[in-house]
Amino acid sequence: MTRKQRRLTMIGGALVVLGIAAALVLNALRDSIVFFSTPVMVAEHHIKPGQRFRLGGLVETGSLVRGDNLAVTFKVSDGSATLPVAYKGILPDLFREGQGVVAEGALDGSGVFHADTVLAKHDETYMPKEVADALKKQGHWKDDYGEQASSKPGEQASGKQGVSQ
Amino acid sequence: MIAEAGHYALVLALGLALIQSTIPIIGAKLHDGALMNVARSTALAQLVFVGASFFALVTLHVVSDFSVVNVFQNSHSLKPMIYKITGVWGNHEGSMLLWVTILALFGGLVAAFGNNLPLSLRAHVLAVQAWVATAFYLFILLTSNPFARIASPPMEGRDLNPVLQDIGLAVHPPMLYLGYVGFSIAFSFAVAALIEGRIDAAWARWVRPWTLMAWIFLTLGIAMGSYWAYYELGWGGWWFWDPVENASLMPWLAGTALLHSSIVMEKRNALKVWTILLAILTFSLSLLGTFLVRSGVLTSVHAFATDPTRGIFILLILCTFIGGSLSLYIWRASALKQGGLFAPISREGALVLNNLFLTTACATVFVGTLYPLALEVITGNRISVGAPFFNLTFAPLFVPLLIAVPFGPLLAWKRGDLVGASQRLMAAGIGSIIAMAVLWAWTRGGSTFAPLAIGLAVFVILGALSDLAERINLFRTSLPVSFRRAKGLPRSAWGTVFAHAGLGVALIGIVCETTWNTEFIASMKPNDVAQVGGYSLTFEGTSQRQQSNYREQTARFTVSRGGEPIAVMTPSKRNFTTRAASTTEAALLTRGASQLYISLGDTGADGSVAVRIYHKPMVLLIWFGPVLMAFGGVLSLSDRRLRVGAPKPAKALHALQPAE
Repeated sequence: MTRKQRRLTMIGGALVVLGIAAALVLNALRDSIVFFSTPVMVAEHHIKPGQRFRLGGLVETGSLVRGDNLAVTFKVSDGSATLPVAYKGILPDLFREGQGVVAEGALDGSGVFHADTVLAKHDETYMPKEVADALKKQGHWKDDYGEQASSKPGEQASGKQGVSQ
Repeated sequence: MIAEAGHYALVLALGLALIQSTIPIIGAKLHDGALMNVARSTALAQLVFVGASFFALVTLHVVSDFSVVNVFQNSHSLKPMIYKITGVWGNHEGSMLLWVTILALFGGLVAAFGNNLPLSLRAHVLAVQAWVATAFYLFILLTSNPFARIASPPMEGRDLNPVLQDIGLAVHPPMLYLGYVGFSIAFSFAVAALIEGRIDAAWARWVRPWTLMAWIFLTLGIAMGSYWAYYELGWGGWWFWDPVENASLMPWLAGTALLHSSIVMEKRNALKVWTILLAILTFSLSLLGTFLVRSGVLTSVHAFATDPTRGIFILLILCTFIGGSLSLYIWRASALKQGGLFAPISREGALVLNNLFLTTACATVFVGTLYPLALEVITGNRISVGAPFFNLTFAPLFVPLLIAVPFGPLLAWKRGDLVGASQRLMAAGIGSIIAMAVLWAWTRGGSTFAPLAIGLAVFVILGALSDLAERINLFRTSLPVSFRRAKGLPRSAWGTVFAHAGLGVALIGIVCETTWNTEFIASMKPNDVAQVGGYSLTFEGTSQRQQSNYREQTARFTVSRGGEPIAVMTPSKRNFTTRAASTTEAALLTRGASQLYISLGDTGADGSVAVRIYHKPMVLLIWFGPVLMAFGGVLSLSDRRLRVGAPKPAKALHALQPAE
């Protein structure tokens, strides 16, 4: 083989691998990404039952009901709309009423969100980023969250906790 | 006083870095040895001053001086001493200070041990190192001063985030930074080579030990972080494809590629231009990782900073260094002479293949990590890209790479014999097929994927051992002869065997854990029994305890197997009063390479406790694999040929340097 042929083999091989990788990435991006919604976005976009998405908002105070065998229900609210959530399992340490939460799962036929993963990505002052942004956008951002957050400019690690079944 | 002294030392270090950035370059232009030598003294002095600054911050934390904002926000007088020290880098300002301290440490090492480098190369390398240092000193001094004071000092601090109050914090960030920042040396060498327009095999010989050292630390740092997440977060996951984890995985993949391509460059004087590019990319990915973690664009356990000015500052640093070095590369790379020829089937070819797959895999991680951010900026849509994405992209790319791993070391340089290599791998192939068949029969009706994947892992391990057997002529000559050959084998060859085998070991752990992991979640009352993975766990009850800065509720489980009691496990939940936060302390019981894992949930009104129990078969292999890889790296590093500071085979010099 000449130098040129060798180089062509090499470049050809590289292109094949890159092509395969690109195909894999595009395929995976189509199938395996999960969108984020708040309750009001769920109402507006008419998300179909069974389609997986991430639901974010505040856990409505007084809505948490613990059932038998680790079943829990609670309501997630973004100020304009609320959505009932059903979950079975152990809630993360940082899960609390009145605090931000992100849950992953899908709606059932009756409009209840069945979560298989509940994430509480915050500590006692810190909101999940998605939730904070969504609340700000809709004008339901309470100033005291902001104050608490800004009173600690160097706020370090927000707890990342998650539970999945 | 200590805070002011620390601050002042940092400013002095900045001044030294500015001198080091310019004077040696001018010296190299003028061929003035004295000016070039300035780099050496400034690098060492910088290390002294940054070290002093870091030591000052540690002292402030140790004595709980709450008049310093950083200490007030992250410490508490009742906190155990070890966490007072580790808390120094458990926050944004302190961890950036650790970053520059390690940068200065590497600069100092090059200055101290780089006596055999050509003078102008050393001057350039240290100057580039100082550019990076200058940028980060400015970042710390302008946006994240760890020594800022509070006007009216409070009596007590806010305490460190409870999740971080763990021995993991003592080890994980310093290791990771030693890896991240260690790649800056390869970067500086690459940029220096581009500035000088000259590069040869000796360059690779100087760069490889530094890259290897950084790679060892990064490997251990990632493994350590993974194990920490596994036991601390309380739900038994060990890799989440979280952007922060990806930020450390990307430099690792690129660094692994760099490690391999620099072998080609050292041995065969080929792939020069590519190796330079990889060196730049690897450190660029380290900088990207720093940006992702430090700027607060992501929110997860590591995202400490929430101040956007910092994000923009780091983004500027990132763009300057990546953009600048890549422009320099485009401008100068064509000037570098091409080296040795090789056939596609050859050791070089195999290493090119390795590089191709590693960098492509790295690219998929890059896309998966940055796509959600880009999409959010452009369209405002929020998406999450999680494990499914990476399972569909990263995993398929690693399969051909793993199949190719055993072939590489068996191929000859320049022109290899694939048939011959296959014949020599016959035993490994047969072994892996037997492993697949046995597993298939044993787990009949179970996953078909797992036996195949484990077969592949066995192939990688046996392949590494075949290479060793081949080199020492095992079974072909008498055992003593083989043993002598084994002793005479270069340590770097042993390193390859261990590192490649470690890959297979980790894969076995990953496959076993993901496929045969059993989980039990229930609400348990005292004397309830849970059956998990062949073990019976009896819940005995809970007890309360007050510790220095938290209250602890501990549950007691007796573990038995076949009626025989084995052990007692005590998972607990800690409530930290200062931060009103709680953490879950999982209990782990190690049986061979497998583990039982218990973590607690909420306590019900009737005294029942929500409990999560896992049996994780072979889970320890996931971290034992990287440890083996790192051990291989250490062996390779201890190879005479590669030892830091002794790049030349120095047999003739032995008489002159007996005290080495």
